[in-house]
Amino acid sequence: MPGKLKVKIVAGRHLPVMDRASDLTDAFVEVKFGNTTFKTDVYLKSLNPQWNSEWFKFEVDDEDLQDEPLQITVLDHDTYSANDAIGKVYIDIDPLLYSEAATVISGWFPIYDTIHGIRGEINVIVKVDLFNDLNRFRQSSCGVKFFCTTSIPKCYRAVIIHGFVEELVVNEDPEYQWIDRIRTPRASNEARQRLISLMSGELQRKIGLKVLEMRGNAVVGYLQCFDLEGESGLVVRAIGTACTLDKLSSPAAFLPACNSPSKEMKEIPFNEDPNPNTHSSGPSTPLKNQTYSFSPSKSYSRQSSSSDTDLSLTPKTGMGSGSAGKEGGPFKALLRQQTQSALEQREFPFFTLTAFPPGFLMHVGGVVSARSVKLLDRIHNPDEPETRDAWWAEIRQEIKSHAKALGCHAVVGYSESTSICEEVCILSASGTAAVLNPRFLQDGTVEGCLEQRLEENLPAGCGFCHIPYDELNMPFPAHLTYCYNCRKQKVPDVLFTTIDLPIDATVIGKGCLIQARLCRLKKKAQAEANATAISNLLPFMEYEVHTQLMNKLKLKGMNALFGLRIQITVGENMLMGLASATGVYLAALPTPGGIQIAGKTPNDGSYEQHISHMQKKINDTIAKNKELYEINPPDISEEIIGSPIPEPRQRSRLLRSQSESSDEVTELDLSHGKKDAFVLEIDDTDAMEDVHSLLTDVPPPSGFYSCNTEIMPGINNWTSEIQMFTSVRVIRLSSLNLTNQALNKNFNDLCENLLKSLYFKLRSMIPCCLCHVNFTVSLPEDELIQVTVTAVAITFDKNQALQTTKTHVEKSLQRVSTDNEELLQFPLELCSDSLPSHPFPPAKEHLESASSNSGIPAAQRAVTVEKASPMGEGNFRNRSTPPCANSTVGVVKMTPLSFIPGAKITKYLGIINMFFIRETTSLREEGGVSGFLHAFIAEVFAMVRAHVAALGGNAVVSYIMKQCVFMENPNKNQAQCLINVSGDAVVFVRESELEVLSTQQPTANCQPSCPGGEVTT
Amino acid sequence: MTSELDIFVGNTTLIDEDVYRLWLDGYSVSDAVALRVRSGILEQTGATAAVLQSDTMDHYRTFHMLERLLHAPPKLLHQLIFQIPPSRQALLIERYYAFDEAFVREVLGKKLSKGTKKDLDDISTKTGITLKSCRRQFDNFKRVFKVVEEMRGSLVDNIQQHFLLSDRLARDYAAIVFFANNRFETGKKKLQYLSFGDFAYCAELMIQNWTLGAVDSQVDDMDMDLDKEFLQDLKELKMLVADKDLLDLHKSLVCTALRGKLGVFSEMEANFKNLSRGLVNVAAKLTHNKDVRDLFVDLVEKFVEPCRSDHWPLSDVRLFLNQYSASVHSLDGFRHQALWDRYMGTLRGCLLRLYHD
Repeated sequence: MPGKLKVKIVAGRHLPVMDRASDLTDAFVEVKFGNTTFKTDVYLKSLNPQWNSEWFKFEVDDEDLQDEPLQITVLDHDTYSANDAIGKVYIDIDPLLYSEAATVISGWFPIYDTIHGIRGEINVIVKVDLFNDLNRFRQSSCGVKFFCTTSIPKCYRAVIIHGFVEELVVNEDPEYQWIDRIRTPRASNEARQRLISLMSGELQRKIGLKVLEMRGNAVVGYLQCFDLEGESGLVVRAIGTACTLDKLSSPAAFLPACNSPSKEMKEIPFNEDPNPNTHSSGPSTPLKNQTYSFSPSKSYSRQSSSSDTDLSLTPKTGMGSGSAGKEGGPFKALLRQQTQSALEQREFPFFTLTAFPPGFLMHVGGVVSARSVKLLDRIHNPDEPETRDAWWAEIRQEIKSHAKALGCHAVVGYSESTSICEEVCILSASGTAAVLNPRFLQDGTVEGCLEQRLEENLPAGCGFCHIPYDELNMPFPAHLTYCYNCRKQKVPDVLFTTIDLPIDATVIGKGCLIQARLCRLKKKAQAEANATAISNLLPFMEYEVHTQLMNKLKLKGMNALFGLRIQITVGENMLMGLASATGVYLAALPTPGGIQIAGKTPNDGSYEQHISHMQKKINDTIAKNKELYEINPPDISEEIIGSPIPEPRQRSRLLRSQSESSDEVTELDLSHGKKDAFVLEIDDTDAMEDVHSLLTDVPPPSGFYSCNTEIMPGINNWTSEIQMFTSVRVIRLSSLNLTNQALNKNFNDLCENLLKSLYFKLRSMIPCCLCHVNFTVSLPEDELIQVTVTAVAITFDKNQALQTTKTHVEKSLQRVSTDNEELLQFPLELCSDSLPSHPFPPAKEHLESASSNSGIPAAQRAVTVEKASPMGEGNFRNRSTPPCANSTVGVVKMTPLSFIPGAKITKYLGIINMFFIRETTSLREEGGVSGFLHAFIAEVFAMVRAHVAALGGNAVVSYIMKQCVFMENPNKNQAQCLINVSGDAVVFVRESELEVLSTQQPTANCQPSCPGGEVTT
Repeated sequence: MTSELDIFVGNTTLIDEDVYRLWLDGYSVSDAVALRVRSGILEQTGATAAVLQSDTMDHYRTFHMLERLLHAPPKLLHQLIFQIPPSRQALLIERYYAFDEAFVREVLGKKLSKGTKKDLDDISTKTGITLKSCRRQFDNFKRVFKVVEEMRGSLVDNIQQHFLLSDRLARDYAAIVFFANNRFETGKKKLQYLSFGDFAYCAELMIQNWTLGAVDSQVDDMDMDLDKEFLQDLKELKMLVADKDLLDLHKSLVCTALRGKLGVFSEMEANFKNLSRGLVNVAAKLTHNKDVRDLFVDLVEKFVEPCRSDHWPLSDVRLFLNQYSASVHSLDGFRHQALWDRYMGTLRGCLLRLYHD
C-alpha cells in the first residue's frame, strides 16, 4: 500500500441558488476516490460556504493512484427530498506521483455540471504521501513522466530516445448501455466522463510500464485519442516516444542502463550512406501512401479489455522494444555488424517527435502514410479481443515498409488518427521517413552528437535534404540535383514532411500556411458496400489533395512542406480531405519551376487567348508571392551547380485520373518528377475550377503570417504577446446543390472565410503570426460540415522584421539558424537551465528558492536592457501591455506551441488530459448552438487554467483540442458536445526576469555546460 | 450554404471597444454591423460584410455572457471563465455603468420603480437613446440603489466597493442614489437648464453636510437620508425673517459691507428682504417631504430667477451670498449660528452652482 492521498475541502464561492425560497444554498461536499467516500458538514444558507474540512485520507495502492481520478461532488442538502447535485470536479492525481512535478494541488476549481456548465468554484487542497522507496516505485509505472510536447522538453536533455510506445484500451460506451434508457442524461454523461478518465489513467499506466521495460523514464510526444465507435464501444488509444530524459542541471546521467552500450557506440563510425537498394518497388514520393485495405472485420470484443502488444504482436524479432535494455548484450553484437540498420530491428522504428536535438536527424526521405477502411462490427466476439490492435499493427507495418522503400530506417513526426461514421472507420497513420543518427538512440549524449557532427563535417542546414535512397535505383521517378547548399549530395526537387522545420535548416524568406481542400460525394450505403465505396474513393482523394498541395506550393514559389497533416473525414454521403502544411523555400533545394497551363484544343483562338491570360495570371501570382514571402534565392547558374544530365524540358503530362482508370488505384503515381515546369492540363471544367481556386486563395492581409508548424521561418523577434484561440464553424449545405464542385466550393469558402475572420479578429495584434494553425474537419450529420481551428497568434516586432528582410543568403543562413536555435532552445537549455528551479540537487536549493520567487511574473520587476538576450535583441520593446499580475485570478497562458515567446520554461508540472461532456435541453435559452458551444469552450479553457494554476503553473504548452464532437437536435431544443483537450502544465519565467535573477546569482554554476559563450546567464 | 454555428473563443477574451460601445448603446447586431460598415472598417481592413457580421455576433455573445457578471462586478474579478486583463475588466465595468446625460436627467429624482420603468419607452423616444440602453441604465441605477441602501458607511465608498467604479463615476452614482432616495424634483420646466453635473455637485454638498452621516458615521443609510433632526431645527431660522428688527439689522449689515463692491447694489438692496425671506422659508419648510422634493424648484424660483432677472453677475452673487451668510454671525439676537452655517454653507455652494443660464 504505497500511498496516502489527503484531501481538504476549504471553501466554495459563487455557488448557484439551490433553494428558491431563501435564495441560498445548504452545500456540502462528497470526496470520493476509488470506493471510499468522505463527506463534509453541511454549510447552511450560504453561497460562499467555508467548510474548512479536516484532511480526508485515502489509503490506496499505486495502481489506483494512477488510474482513478479524485472525484469531488458538491451537493445541496435537502432535509425532505434527495440532495441535489450542484456539480463535480475531477482531479487527476498523476502530477503528484512523480517527484519532479507538482508537490501539492491547491486552488479554486470550477464546479462543473454536464447540464448546467460551471456553477461556482471550490477551493481544494490535495497531497499525496508516498511511503515507498524509489525502487518499489519503479515497479509500478508511477515515476514515468509524460509530455505532450513533441520535442525534447525544454529543461531536459535526451540521454536516450528509445522509441515507439503504444497501447489501447477498449470498453463499452455507457451512452449505449441498456441502463442509459432509464437514467438521466446527467448520470449518463457523468458515467462517460468517469469511465474515460479511468481508461486514460489505465492507458497511461500501461504505457508507463512499457517505458520502464525499455528502461526509459519518460514519454515525449504523448498523444492520446478517443474513438467513439458508438454501439460497438469506446476505444482509448495512445502513442508516444519513450525516452530517457535527464534534468539539465544535474550533470551526470543517472540512468545506469545507458552506460555499457554507450561506450561501444561511440567507436562505431556512422555510415552516412545507407544501403537501401532493395527497396525500389515502392512507387512514389514525396507522398507515399498505398494502403487501401478494406477488411470487414467481424471479430470484436465488447468487453472491457486492454490490448497488450507485448503478448499479441510485438516481440517476434526478439528485440521487442527495449533497445538499450536488458538485451543489451546481443543487441550490441548486432549493432556492430549493422550499425545503421539498428532501427530496422525494432518492430516499429517510429518517433512521435517533430523536432529533434541537433544531429539526430540525418536525412529525410518524404512523407509516408497509410489508411485502412474497417467495419466496426457489432458482433460480440470475445475470442478475439485484439482486433483494434491488429488493425493498427497492420497499418504500422505498412508505414514501415513504405519507409524502407524510401531507403529510410525510421519514421519521425509519426501520428495516427481515425474517422468514424456509423459503422465505418478509416484508420490513418502518417509520418516522415527518415534516417537517424543511431548513436542518439543508444548513447545519445548531446555533446557526443555535436562532436560527431563536426567530425563528419556534415554541411549544416542541408544535410537532412540529401536523399537517403540510392540515386541509381530510385524507388520512384524523381528529379535530382546536387544540393544547392553544399553541392556534394543529391537532393530532390521538392520535399514533403510531417515534422517541424529542423533547427539548422537554411530557409530563404518566410513560410506560409498551405492547405488543400477537397470533397467527394459518396452514395449512401450500408456496411461492406459502404466500406468498399470509401476504399475506392480514397486513392483519388489522396491524389487530388497531393496535386493541390503541389500546385499551391509552386504558386507560392516554394519547394518544401513541413508539418504536413492530411485528414480524411468520412460522412454518410461524402468524404472530405483537408491537408495543411507550412510551405518554405529551402536553400538546399532547387528553385521550383512555374506552372504551365496546357489547353486541350489548341486550335481555338479565343481559347488560346484565355489560356495565355490564365498563364499570365499564374505567373503574376507567383511573382507576387515571391515578393510577399521574401523569396530571393541567389542566382546560381546551372553549370556551377553541375546539374546532373540536363534533361530536355520534357513536360510529362499529368493525368487527372477522375473516373474509370481503376488500375491506377493500386499503383498511384504521385510524383511529378522529371520536369522543370508543372503542367496543368485544362481538359475539363473541373480543372478550370481548380486553377481558379488556386488563384482565388487570398493571401493573409499585410502584417499577418500563418503556419502550422511551431515556428515561422524568417521571423525571430517574437514579443511576449500571445493569444491562443479556438474557432468552430458549422455550415449546412443545401441539399439541392450537392455536386462535387459545389461541395468543393462550399468547403473552400468555409475555410477561407474562417481564416479571414481570424485575421480580422486578431487585427489589433499586427504584426503577428498565426502559429500551429490546426484545422479539424468533421461531418456530424448529412448536410453539416464542421471545421474547428485552434492556433496561437504571436505578435512580433516589426522594426526588427524590416531589418532582416534584406535577405542575403549568408545573412539568412546565419539568421535562420540562430533564430531557430533560439526558439527551440536546444543548445540554450544546456546552460541556462541550470539556473531555474530544479528541485533535485539539494546543493542548489538556494537557486531553487530564488527562482521560485520569480515563478510568477511580477509586474513591478523592471524590464532590463536586453543585453544579449537569448531571444534576440529588442523583443521586449513591444511589451506595452502591462502584465496582468495584480489580478485576483492568476493569468494562465495557453499555447499549442512547446515554448512561450520571451520566456523560459523552468518546470514541467505534469500532463493535462481532460475530457468534458456538456449537454443542454434548453438550447434556445442558452443562445442557440453558437451560444451553447461558445460558453462550453470558454468553460473548458477555464477548467484547464484552473487545474494548471492549482498545480502551481502559469501556462499550458503543447495544448491541443483533440476532439470536439458536437451534436444538435434543434427540434427537441437539445444539443450535446464532447471535448477532449491535453497539454503540458508548466512554470515559466520571463526572460527579463531571468536576467534580473541571473545578475543576482553567481554565474559560475552554469558555466561548465555552456556550449558557447553567446548565451546569457 | 448557411452558417449554423460560428464561434471564436480566445484564451484571453477579446474585447472590441467599438463593438462594446455599440452593444451598450443597445443596437441590434444588424444595426451594429451597418454602423461599423459606415465607419469605414471594411476599407481599412479589407474584410467582408460577412466577416463583420460574424465578428459582431461573436462579440455580442461574449458581452451577453459577461453581462451577468457585470451586474456584480466583484464577480467579474473572481470568475474563472473569462480571462480578461485587469485594465480591460475595469474598462468593461466602467463603460457598463456609464450613463447618458440625457437619460439621467430624465430619471434623476424619480422613484426607481416599475412605474418609472414603464415610462422608459417615452424617455427613449424623447432622448433618442435606444430602449435597450435606457433599460440597462435604469437597471444599473436601481441595482446600485438596492445594494447600497441600508448599508453603513460612506455612500461613495460603498458604491466603489461593490461596483468597482472609478471615483468620479461612484460619486455620480452616489448623487443618483441620493436623489432617488429623496425624490428631489428635477424635471420641472424651470429646472431644465440645469445639468446632471449641477445636481450631482449639490448632492455631494448635501451628503457631506445635511445627512446623518455628517454627524454620525455609524448608522445605516447615513449618506442617503437627510438628517431629520437638522431639518426640524431649521424652523428656528425663521426668526431671521419673522423678526423685523433682525431682518433690518441683517440687511443693513450686508448693505454696509457691500456698498461700492457690488455692481447690482441697488437691485440687491431693493430685493434683500425678498431673497432672504425666500432662502429662510425654504429652510423652514424642509420638515415636509413634499417641500424637500421641491427644494431645487424653490431655490430656482426664490433666488436664482429673481437675481437672473436683475442680471446679477455670478461674482456679485458670490459676494452677496458670502456676506449674507457671514453677517448673521454679527446678529446678537440670533443664537443658532452653527445651524445657520450648516444650512447656509451648503446652500451657498448649491446656489452658486445653480446660478447660470
